Amino acid sequence: MKTNDVILQTTTKVVFFIIFLFSIHIFFAGHYTPGGGFVGGLLTTGAIVLLLLAFDLKTVQKALPFNFTIMTGIGLLLALGTAAGAIFFNVPFFTHAFDYFTLPLFGETSLHTAMVFDAGVFLVVVGSAITIIQSIGGDS
Amino acid sequence: MEFVLLIFLPILAAFFIPTLYKRIRGIHTGWFVLLVPVLLFAYYMSFIRTTMDGGHAVSELQWIPSLGISFVSYIDGLSLLFSLLITGIGALVVLYSIFYLDKNKEKLGNFYVYLLLFMSAMLGVVQSDNVISLYLFWELTSISSFLLIGYWFTLDRSRFGALKSMMITVFGGLMMLGGFILLGIMGGTFSIRELIAGSSTFVGHEFFILALVLILLGAFTKSAQFPFYIWLPDAMEAPTPVSAYLHSATMVKAGLYLVARFTPIFAASEVWIWLVTGIGLLTLFWGSLFAVKQTDLKAILAFSTVSQLGLIMSLLGAGAITFHANEAIFSFAMFAAIFHLINHATFKGSLFMIAGIVDHETGTRDIRKLGGLMSIMPVSFTVAFIGSMSMAGLPPFNGFLSKEMFLQSMLAIRHFELFNFATWGVIFPVIAWVASVFTFIYSFYFVFKTFAGKRNDAPLPLQPHEAPAGMLISPVILATLVVVIFFIPNVVGKWLVKPAVMAIQPYQYGHPSEIAVHVSAWHGFASPELWMTVGIIIIGGLLYLSLSKWQKVYDVQPEYLSLNSFYDSTMNFSEKGMNRLSRIYMTGLIRTYLLYIFAFISVTTIAVLFIQDAFVVDMDSFSKVSAYGVINAIILLLAVAFVLLSKTRLGAIISLGAVGYSVALFFVIFKAPDLALTQLVIETVSVALFLLAFQHLPKLSDHGEKKSNKLVNAIIALGIGVTVTLVALSSHSQKLVASISQYYKDTVATEAGGGNIVNVILVDYRGFDTLFEIAVLAIAGIGVLGMIKLRLARKENPDENK
Repeated sequence: MKTNDVILQTTTKVVFFIIFLFSIHIFFAGHYTPGGGFVGGLLTTGAIVLLLLAFDLKTVQKALPFNFTIMTGIGLLLALGTAAGAIFFNVPFFTHAFDYFTLPLFGETSLHTAMVFDAGVFLVVVGSAITIIQSIGGDS
Repeated sequence: MEFVLLIFLPILAAFFIPTLYKRIRGIHTGWFVLLVPVLLFAYYMSFIRTTMDGGHAVSELQWIPSLGISFVSYIDGLSLLFSLLITGIGALVVLYSIFYLDKNKEKLGNFYVYLLLFMSAMLGVVQSDNVISLYLFWELTSISSFLLIGYWFTLDRSRFGALKSMMITVFGGLMMLGGFILLGIMGGTFSIRELIAGSSTFVGHEFFILALVLILLGAFTKSAQFPFYIWLPDAMEAPTPVSAYLHSATMVKAGLYLVARFTPIFAASEVWIWLVTGIGLLTLFWGSLFAVKQTDLKAILAFSTVSQLGLIMSLLGAGAITFHANEAIFSFAMFAAIFHLINHATFKGSLFMIAGIVDHETGTRDIRKLGGLMSIMPVSFTVAFIGSMSMAGLPPFNGFLSKEMFLQSMLAIRHFELFNFATWGVIFPVIAWVASVFTFIYSFYFVFKTFAGKRNDAPLPLQPHEAPAGMLISPVILATLVVVIFFIPNVVGKWLVKPAVMAIQPYQYGHPSEIAVHVSAWHGFASPELWMTVGIIIIGGLLYLSLSKWQKVYDVQPEYLSLNSFYDSTMNFSEKGMNRLSRIYMTGLIRTYLLYIFAFISVTTIAVLFIQDAFVVDMDSFSKVSAYGVINAIILLLAVAFVLLSKTRLGAIISLGAVGYSVALFFVIFKAPDLALTQLVIETVSVALFLLAFQHLPKLSDHGEKKSNKLVNAIIALGIGVTVTLVALSSHSQKLVASISQYYKDTVATEAGGGNIVNVILVDYRGFDTLFEIAVLAIAGIGVLGMIKLRLARKENPDENK
């Protein structure tokens, strides 16, 4: 029997973007209000899981043609690179730097290397979670 | 210039090798590699003037200053001599390898990367002044040796030999690290120079003998001394350039270097002199005895290397006598040790290269199949002849000079009056003489059974012919040195040997010129060494001629009594025994492992709570329970009960999700939005994961568990629940140290430039944790991917080496 999941699929198409945008928001907000790379990454994973539930693995792979294993690698490199970058400025490993800038549209904004590190966390979380889900789900 | 950085030059060069090998296939990669040792050799030559004056040069690079660990390149006579050997022989070996290894068939990229890695490691060993970095480089030589022996990794023998050498040398290395740490405790420093300066206080320290024995274990395993030599013959599976370089000229001499370097610290000890001299002589005798048994050309050379290393080792031990008796007759030993070390590098290097040439051009190294190659390979024969005669200790070759000095030093031991040498000392010259007879025999055996006599009737695997000119350059250079050194021994002595001897015996000499050793080939008819040499030639010659009659004697020793079979059975036992042991508790079921983990955690934690009397409940600090909290707790308990009672796995998974969500609600009630958010999303994703995986799991009723098992499970579950509750209550009720939260509140905006403490903790305060956590997460992801994609068979072969 073929299940009719038109409602789920239609809702998903909208909800996916809402969750995804929210995860981006949460990721950036993390340093001052609840959120951060870890939660953000998990939320994105949740959004993709929703896609997987509504559609099948192949469709999702076509829609998001990323290699999630490589994404994990990039995330790790980003995180480690941020931590190691401090060495080149003659400060101990993992020293973060931050300052406040006035940017167009955003106004006064704080730019922080912790955000780059957090982006690494985000990518690793999404990458490895989806890698696990894809490999278990794709296994027959 | 900071010449400590030069140690790393080969490793740096190694990074470019794979690209060079892939991009430029027309030119043999070896030509690029050759530049490195040649440049280094030329550079290190410039230090000779300094060390000839008894000076030294130091260059330092901090590594972990807080622990007193740094890279220090300390170049004195001894370090310089070794550095020149490493780069000089290295250059010749690379040149030789260009013709030995075919650029189209061999994986040159791998080979030269390993070789350069070794070169750096070896330079590090001989130049490091800091014992910890010395240890680092020491193990790096073991690892690169492992990689090089296993270079033809498709061959079983190569892998076996590689593993054996690594097992033994790394074991020794770890012992040595222990010795270094003890020295560090005694001296309060890791710098060898400072240790030597303060060494007078070490004698009598409770760690002194222990440190001595541990460091000697390191030296003996590396330098293939009895009974650890067994790895060296098996290491001959490496390509011949490697054997010539690592397993004869440089790496195996690291142990000698170590003994020489630590002589000023340990020479005061009787144990040192007895062990170094005694084991050295035993090895000399043993190696030479068994070299005659071998039928493989490289095996003969391997045993002869073992024996020659023993010879140098015994001389180093005898040289330490000068610490106690500063008389002229004892002063030869250390000079002879260093002198023979140089000579051995020249003649053994050339012999190895010839063995490689014979193998390359005839297709076999079995001496029983060879013979009569003299007319076909005249140049190779000449080189082999020069090398062998030098090894046998005959004039006019350099081996003669150092052999005479060796006999002279061994004779001198009789006159040493301390430590029972007056009674037992007479054994030393006797063993030395007998071993020299066997050395004579195997030298002749090696060269004449291969090159002289009749051609064997059975055809060789390849049509033999003389090697290409390029392959002969290196052995010819070395053979030339063998002859040249015989005629100018005192120049070599002044430039290289005496500065090195001074570095070993700083307690005795202030300047190299104070060492009153003059090498001469002729000491007059009255000298006992001359007559010992004559005896060696006569007896050795007779025994060589009758070799075929008595070589069978070796078969008397049964194979199962050999050291090799002891090693094999130990390895076999530990592999099988450990497998059997771990099978007892490794059931392969995650359920079992969780039982171990939870049982252990609850037992230890509860025990600690009661032993330390740490269980405290402070009712006053509890928060008020709200109505939401009560309702939520009831839901939580109901969900947990449903997980336990559910008949289907699907139901259990969903109610487990409910448990997670109600925990998230608790976080909301107690105003922890970050935690609540994370918990919610985690729960969602993990339920999804569970649903994906659950179709692969067996049916819930299929566990095959007995009633009694369920009871054990229940007890452990209860135990872990009680543990967590008790810990939570007591940690809430008392604080051993002040809470750190105030610090976070104070610094979060100023120091970390953030507002959300939870997130700042994650990315900044405790960033290390996060870094490692995401690393673990990534590993887990890759692990799952690998397990599912590869689908390893359930019952694979337990022995991964087959």
